[in-house]
Amino acid sequence: MRTLPRRFVPRSLLLRNLLGVLAGLVVVVLVLETTSPFRNSQLATMSYYAIAAAGLTVLTGLNGQISLGHGALMAVGAYTTALLLEGDAVPFSLAMLVAAAVTALVGILVGAAASRLHGPYLAGATLALAVGVPGLAIYFDGLLGGEQGLSVRSPRPPDWFADAHYFVTAGDLSSAKYLAYIGWLTLLLVILLLANLMASRFGRVWRAVRDDEVAAELAGLRLGRLRVLAFVVSAACAGLAGAVLAMVVRLAAPSGFTIVLSLSLLTAVVVGGLGSIAGALLGSALLVFLPPAVTNLGTGAGLTGVQAAQLAPLVYGVVLVVVMLLAPGGAMGLLRRFWRRGINQGGSR
Amino acid sequence: MQQFVNFTLGGLSQGAIYAAFALALVLIWRATRIINFAQGAMAMFTTYLALTLIESGLSYWAGFAAALAGGLVLGALVERVVMRPVEGGPELNAVIVTLGLFVAFQALAAILFGATFQSFPAPFGLRGFTVGEMTIAFTPFSVFVIASVVVVMLALTALFRFTDLGLRMRASAFSQEVSRLLGVRVGRMLTLGWALAAVVGSLAGLLIAGGNLVHPAYMDAVIVYGFVAAVLGGLESPGGAVAGGLIIGLALSYVSGYLGSELVTLAALAILVAVLLVRPRGLFSRVAARRV
Amino acid sequence: MTERSGALEIRGLSARYGPVTALDAVDIHANPGRITAVLGANGAGKTTLLRTISGLVRGSDGSVLLGGRDLTGAPAETIARAGIAHVPEGRGVITELTVEENLRLGALLGTARRGSAGRGRLDEVYDMFPALGDRRRREAHSLSGGERQMLVIGRALLSEPEVLLLDEPSLGLAPRVVAQLFALIRDLVDSEGLTVLLVEQNARSALSIADTGFVLNLGRVVAAAGAAELAADDDLRHAYLGF
Repeated sequence: MRTLPRRFVPRSLLLRNLLGVLAGLVVVVLVLETTSPFRNSQLATMSYYAIAAAGLTVLTGLNGQISLGHGALMAVGAYTTALLLEGDAVPFSLAMLVAAAVTALVGILVGAAASRLHGPYLAGATLALAVGVPGLAIYFDGLLGGEQGLSVRSPRPPDWFADAHYFVTAGDLSSAKYLAYIGWLTLLLVILLLANLMASRFGRVWRAVRDDEVAAELAGLRLGRLRVLAFVVSAACAGLAGAVLAMVVRLAAPSGFTIVLSLSLLTAVVVGGLGSIAGALLGSALLVFLPPAVTNLGTGAGLTGVQAAQLAPLVYGVVLVVVMLLAPGGAMGLLRRFWRRGINQGGSR
Repeated sequence: MQQFVNFTLGGLSQGAIYAAFALALVLIWRATRIINFAQGAMAMFTTYLALTLIESGLSYWAGFAAALAGGLVLGALVERVVMRPVEGGPELNAVIVTLGLFVAFQALAAILFGATFQSFPAPFGLRGFTVGEMTIAFTPFSVFVIASVVVVMLALTALFRFTDLGLRMRASAFSQEVSRLLGVRVGRMLTLGWALAAVVGSLAGLLIAGGNLVHPAYMDAVIVYGFVAAVLGGLESPGGAVAGGLIIGLALSYVSGYLGSELVTLAALAILVAVLLVRPRGLFSRVAARRV
Repeated sequence: MTERSGALEIRGLSARYGPVTALDAVDIHANPGRITAVLGANGAGKTTLLRTISGLVRGSDGSVLLGGRDLTGAPAETIARAGIAHVPEGRGVITELTVEENLRLGALLGTARRGSAGRGRLDEVYDMFPALGDRRRREAHSLSGGERQMLVIGRALLSEPEVLLLDEPSLGLAPRVVAQLFALIRDLVDSEGLTVLLVEQNARSALSIADTGFVLNLGRVVAAAGAAELAADDDLRHAYLGF
């Protein structure tokens, strides 16, 4: 911000966030149009990780609640989407909204129970959720497809979108690219909403609750409701993420929502820095771009494909431990520290 | 009726294992206020160690002993190297570190031992005893399971009740500061506590594995059951953990038998939520309220 | 319990909590076989002084010597094993353990320090404090404030210390119990040559049994003299000791 003259930055936070998101949109279009279909689909994957991680970082970073159950909440969103898109009657945008709403409802239930728990108790309860929910899909195999899961029909771009795309880029709109657009537009929208929410009264109140529960309670805040609200917001994000996942992967199956998914999301928000949306983006990028890199290293070092595929979770685990031991503020925490040091040395304040 | 008896017997021997696992969690919780979510993954790891030795031609018992010894070393190392810096810090940090270990151990096991299902031997027969002309769901191996859990509990009780070392360990768990003022080397006691807990966890891992298939995630559900059992018993009390383990074992056996095995984890979740909301200090506590 | 000796020498000891200086270059000498009182108002740094001596708080400067041995910066368990028994204010009892288990912990340290069989000595404590003998199998949380104080002092004695650090032993006790307690401390010192550093807000009682006294204010020693001399100094009494 130092380099920008003050008057070019709008005073209203909403406007500023909006401008930021619009800038983000431009970047997204440029990146998606200039990269290969393979990268497009990687970016689509990143978008749903980032949507879920952004919601999780609000919960864990701002409100101090941990959740190992977000993988299960994504499953709710994904299965809802899969069911709605069967038979082509429902437009995908409506399916996504319903998925978010259904997951938010589940979030009310989970959040109500979770609002009375903290730390290890909450972790244990949400862990049980993560391990337990995939069993539902197997139990109701008639409706939910059992182990095989439900295959999902990916939405096809409507003509006006394809036309507009051709008009702007003079290129063909591949399916991977279209899905990446859906994911990233959703992500940008989520970021806009969350950024405003974090800057709003709710954001301040959540931080107050996280920093000093007793003081917040004495100040007349209703901790229970605030916690449930935080959980619902983050559950809705997980639901949206699940919806995008279902469309991108074209499948909603129990094997996609193991405890490792929940722990990967946790890794993303911890590595990026708890409570920071930028950190959540960074962490999600890590989840997508790190596995191929370490897998290549692994096969290069003589591991079999199956073994090399496990290097990524190994790295996640080690990274979780190392970050907590050495830099609990995550990447954004480190950046902020250097940034402040720079400002202090520059003597501009 | 025969069904009910079988579900009950099966539930008891499973419950004994959950009790051991819950006990391992409680030992660490009492000493360091940390739930070791990596407990299951550590147990899985030492079980694979046993399997590797057994497959290389050693006897079941050599593998068994090696797994317990491995647990001792692994527990001590984990406490000393990665848990020590986060002990007493923000509770979220410790939770995240144990989760990191969980993922890392699981991935490492898949790399070292393979990600496929492998069968794990049992030292005793797996065919049920016959009573009259009925075969019941209680096998020689079940007897071994229950006996070994009982032996471990008695040994731990003796250690904590009757030895100076046990007294020092309990003192360190209850008040680190006062213990240090009394010359107790608290750090060593914590390391030892984690090591012993990991031994008990490893035992649970071996017993679950016996006569079954193992794969890197086979202990995932057991973490949940053990945690629920420990919370049911109030998290503080070894006796409560044992009782909680048996209750969970029975309850889940009935759910699995009458409703379907897919619902077992969800049933555990339901029990957990009910306990936390209604009796957060566990079923056996005298005081009703605590922040959980 | 055997004859003990060991001067406690504190030189230029400083300690801070973040930006706050709690102790500022404190010099205190506790003579062997004597009671040295450390007096001062709430917040003068008395408790921090004891916690720094016993290694619970790390000093930022200065040194702590016991009988010439430098214990500066050593961990609390090492300092305890060297013979400094710190009886902390209020919370020194491990309430989840029984009375006897609390005492056994003290005896274990005594055994480790001297190699003597500590267990038989539990009976000496029960003789000294019959109330504890009656409750030896009860968990310590069932004890009254006075009984807890007896328990922690008995436990400290079982550890066979050279120096006893007592933090506000009179706090929350009835005057009659305080008088008994102080008489007991005086007896122990006279009969066994124990070195006592006694931190008290209750300056009048403390000076009545102490040999010498130091007055702390805002982390600094503002007066040091014989106990009788301090008690007779009206200005000092009014300014710092409140009686």
